[in-house]
Amino acid sequence: MTMQQAKADALAARLATGQPGQGGWLGAAQAAALARLRGMGLPGKRDEYWRYTDPTSLNAPDAPSAALFDSRGEAPPFSGLDRLRLVFVDGIFDQAQSDDPVLEGIEIERLGSAALNPSHWAAGLYGTLETRGQTPVERPFAALNTAQATEGVLIRVTGRPSKPVSLIYLHKSERSDAILHHFVKIESGAELTLLENGPAAARLSKVLEVEVADTGRFHHIRTQGRDHERRAVSHIFARIGAGALFKSFTLTANGRLTRNEAVLELAGADAVAHIAGASVGDGDFHHDDTVFVTHAAERCESRQVYKKVLKNGAVGVFQGKILVKQGAQKTDGYQISQSLLLDEDSQFLAKPELEIYADDVKCSHGSTSGAIDDTALYYLRSRGVPLKQAQSLLVLAFLAEAIAEIEDEAIAEDIRARLEAWLHRHEH
Amino acid sequence: MLEIKNLHVKLAEEDKVILRGLDLKIGAGEVHAIMGPNGSGKSTLSYVLSGRDGYEVTEGSATLLGEELLEMEPEARAAAGLFLAFQYPVEIPGVGNMTFLRTALNAQRKARGEEEVSAGDFLKLVREKAKTLKIDAEMLKRPVNVGFSGGEKKRNEILQMAILEPKMCILDETDSGLDVDAMKLVSDGVNALRDAGRSFLVITHYQRLLDHIKPDVVHIMAAGRIVKTGGPDLALEVENNGYADILAEVQA
Repeated sequence: MTMQQAKADALAARLATGQPGQGGWLGAAQAAALARLRGMGLPGKRDEYWRYTDPTSLNAPDAPSAALFDSRGEAPPFSGLDRLRLVFVDGIFDQAQSDDPVLEGIEIERLGSAALNPSHWAAGLYGTLETRGQTPVERPFAALNTAQATEGVLIRVTGRPSKPVSLIYLHKSERSDAILHHFVKIESGAELTLLENGPAAARLSKVLEVEVADTGRFHHIRTQGRDHERRAVSHIFARIGAGALFKSFTLTANGRLTRNEAVLELAGADAVAHIAGASVGDGDFHHDDTVFVTHAAERCESRQVYKKVLKNGAVGVFQGKILVKQGAQKTDGYQISQSLLLDEDSQFLAKPELEIYADDVKCSHGSTSGAIDDTALYYLRSRGVPLKQAQSLLVLAFLAEAIAEIEDEAIAEDIRARLEAWLHRHEH
Repeated sequence: MLEIKNLHVKLAEEDKVILRGLDLKIGAGEVHAIMGPNGSGKSTLSYVLSGRDGYEVTEGSATLLGEELLEMEPEARAAAGLFLAFQYPVEIPGVGNMTFLRTALNAQRKARGEEEVSAGDFLKLVREKAKTLKIDAEMLKRPVNVGFSGGEKKRNEILQMAILEPKMCILDETDSGLDVDAMKLVSDGVNALRDAGRSFLVITHYQRLLDHIKPDVVHIMAAGRIVKTGGPDLALEVENNGYADILAEVQA
């Protein structure tokens, strides 16, 4: 059997468990995605961008089971914030638990119902950013997502809504396999904060497409739930217009397998894109951040800030690229990926890449992995701070640069407190 | 206050002996100075007393108010009242100076079974102490020692001392890297803390610091031992004649 045949068979098996296709514009987007996917096949260990992360459990036709996490009554993230809540249970929208999706300056509609409206604003737009993001690096799970997704929300922002939209992903069934696909369109001058939290399912595939028109502003903060056995593959595809702002932060604590891809295109002059992640893992934890930032216009600024704290054999992966196209002069690109290895069993694999075709640019990148600084630890202890507390302070300090990417101080404090609690629970 | 008896110390991972039978006794309220040539073991003494890793005590003892220091964790020594002002204060990116000070103060109070200081009271305390050391509020907001000048780092050490109110303060070459004005400021800060219940051990190469912080007793250290002890005049003798005469006299 040839490689091609094996890949085709694996894909056929994977697709057999999917949802039946839809009609209308959603059906057309699904059919196009399926054709893309057939052209590339599912990823394998030999693929350049899958060398550090084994896609087997994501390729499997059925989701491997994942035990439900007991948070012991701890309030979920963002609980204290005034927000418009939209709840999904194992990947299915739950109207009863959700708020009425009505807010000034914003239109929110479920993917399934919007698909019935041939003149919906998302018709002809849905799936296009994912399609653009397939070049130059193929992202088969994103195509698979578009081919199969029937759940998600379409959000169009025309003003400045008074509160964030909060997508809450509850995990209730041990074998659930969720597919979610959202599209967010920020019109010129509009601004939105989007919050996401929760594991969503035993296995989650999620695509978030974000189109930020000129001078629009988009803030995104997510936490991926604490279920130890969950698996997730997520993609963010963003296209950022002139003078627009895109900021995204992800907190990942626990999870057997997480692959977070982000494909950001700075399409208009003076656009800004910041993407950051803090992940903490203890034991059976594999976390992969794969980021591709394209500077296609002049005077844009991008920042990638990824920090990982790993112990007991946890594995962190970072594959980050900055591509500066010809003509994207005065680009300011920054990328940092760092890991703090709390023992000798943990591993960090990093592959930073720069590809630059303009001659007047500023791009820097750095990647480090190391242990807690003994001298700093001694200094803190010499002032009376007990060992465990001193270690926690230094770990939080290590994560601080990523958390600093969250503009809203209340949200940043919520994230910081969660990390502190996690560190406290995982002291040895 | 502090009593060191026959202290022998080697590097933990090498066969290099640094302290060879050091004896020192500092009474409550006294200021002692240790001077000595490079490599005589002055900084090692401060590290060993404060509990830094990498040293092995092979013989001897060191007690603070009767409690054996050498078996305690560094944080326990701090709670017991020991404070080392570092020669090279450590930069800690990501930890705010205020957070650091408050965490340290409350950890010590907790270890001694005292009430923690409230955020409001703490702020008041820091503002008052910072003002006398001419430390501006901006510096307190920054991460610990990050981007501080040499003088700011040393002033920050003295600020920590003023807030933590230790009983036994060790100043390890606090004058190094300071200009005349900064030295005056730091010395004034130290002098303000002089008290019948607080003792100081000032480690320095130069007499000039001792013009500002006037010692009761001066020790000369060489090859891991105190080789000569005297009054403030001994420091002047070193300043004028160097160590060679004294060392020759001791060896004779």
